[in-house]
Amino acid sequence: MNGVEGYMYPNEITLYWSVLIVLYPYITGLVAGAFILASLERVFRVEAVKPTYRLALLTALAFLLVAPLPLVLHLGHPFRSPEMYFTPHSTSAMAMFGYVYLWYLMAVLVLEIWLDYRRDIVLLSQSSKGLLRFVYKVMTLGSSNISPRSLAIDDRVGWIVTLIGIPSAFLLHGYVGFIFGSVKANPWWSSPLMPVVFIFSAMVSGIAGVMLLYMAISKLRKQVIDMRCVDSIAMYLFYIFIIDFSLEMLDLVHRIYEANESFNSLNFMVHTQLYFSQIVLQIGLGTITPLALLFLTQVVKLPEIARKYMYVLSGSLALIGVLAMRWNVVIGGQLFSKSFLGYTTYKMSLVTREGLLVAIFLTLLPLVFLWVLIKLLPPWPEKSAHAAAD
Amino acid sequence: MSVFKDAGHLFRFAGLFVLAFLIFLVVRHYIVPKSFGQYGHYRGASIGEIAARPVKFAGHETCETCHSDEAAKKSSGKHAHVNCEACHGALASHADDPSIMPVLPDTAVLCARCHTASAAKPKGFPQVDPASHYPGTPCNTCHQPHSPGMDAGGAK
Repeated sequence: MNGVEGYMYPNEITLYWSVLIVLYPYITGLVAGAFILASLERVFRVEAVKPTYRLALLTALAFLLVAPLPLVLHLGHPFRSPEMYFTPHSTSAMAMFGYVYLWYLMAVLVLEIWLDYRRDIVLLSQSSKGLLRFVYKVMTLGSSNISPRSLAIDDRVGWIVTLIGIPSAFLLHGYVGFIFGSVKANPWWSSPLMPVVFIFSAMVSGIAGVMLLYMAISKLRKQVIDMRCVDSIAMYLFYIFIIDFSLEMLDLVHRIYEANESFNSLNFMVHTQLYFSQIVLQIGLGTITPLALLFLTQVVKLPEIARKYMYVLSGSLALIGVLAMRWNVVIGGQLFSKSFLGYTTYKMSLVTREGLLVAIFLTLLPLVFLWVLIKLLPPWPEKSAHAAAD
Repeated sequence: MSVFKDAGHLFRFAGLFVLAFLIFLVVRHYIVPKSFGQYGHYRGASIGEIAARPVKFAGHETCETCHSDEAAKKSSGKHAHVNCEACHGALASHADDPSIMPVLPDTAVLCARCHTASAAKPKGFPQVDPASHYPGTPCNTCHQPHSPGMDAGGAK
């Protein structure tokens, strides 16, 4: 049979979880990672990363708004999706997605952004005109109280929301890892380490993503990149990356040492079908190379321009590496037969509902949302409150 | 009281949540069918609706009341435990009104469903590759479907 080597059970020949299911954990990972970066400033008082605080929150929101789309497109029947809210099945992890998502969207992100921007929103509702004025008016919820005391209350409540948000971000992405890790029939997925590995790789991708966005947007706005901020982000990226890499290696070493009945089959798959995406892209280019580059920036005193290039390169490679990791988990887990005697092939379509074009569109869509959010709620001080106050 | 005054916007936000939750409850009340959860995580009334559908299968006992000769042949062969309607299709309509004549299955297609060679099947199970085993020839040219085996001769 075309694309099949050895023996596959009939229901294993076609892959049911497509490239969109690769994108889903990738996008939610960016959300969780971006939020953790924002919480560094808010909860852990890392002042150096402050310039990216609001950008990180808006990035998290933009990506979170797109996060359910790959699932809806994959499943079809979008009108059935509210059923997960109306009749939730509490014993199914997948069926609980709606509530995990809604909690993170409304109780954490939207609330935190609203609290942080409330002063700006009130000022903008007074200074802007036309439809935009109406939009800001609605966003104020009819309250224009920006007294120092009310802002102090906002700050305190925002701090509590962020504090709740950190375990929520872990819950959101740990949940995605749990979905895979709890599939006991699939030895490629079934591992209690899966949620933890997902969380740390999410933090890597989110932090790298916001760092790149900050540098790119600063460049586009012809603003000076705050190197103290980028240096701090790169340092955190390096530390988190080390933990992520260690966990992934722990998982690998554990699998090799345990060498259970699936090992030969999976080992063969990693050396053949997944060689490029796992060994070359995920481990070589996507993990070891950016780790080495970040290590260099930490131990050698490099000029600013060199550091910038190295951050851009290592950030981009980290994003590619995490995407490759999601690919290897989702697609890799469906390429081998549970009989351990054969392998199938994933042939990605181009223009179908679950094809490459839709995947590219969904990857770019959060950037469009982010652009709209930045226009509506400028994250930089000189354009927001101060400009409105003038 | 100034704490409440300065935190008024927070109550507005909370109020929005409460309002959204109330709207959700109202919509849920009208959208979720009344019998949902009556027996399990599904609509209880669906059982009655499914039970009310017309019966499509007659059951082999019904077939055997008229086709006792075929039933006798089948009972001694390898297909003794294959139900009549597994091959002939759902025939409650024919059982209710014998003048409605069923279409005989195309054995070249029908038999291949079970007997096409596959490594997943037990070795003792009769299997052929339809592409090389007299392709296009109906199986019942040589095999007797009710009591299969070459000894039984062709179609009867």
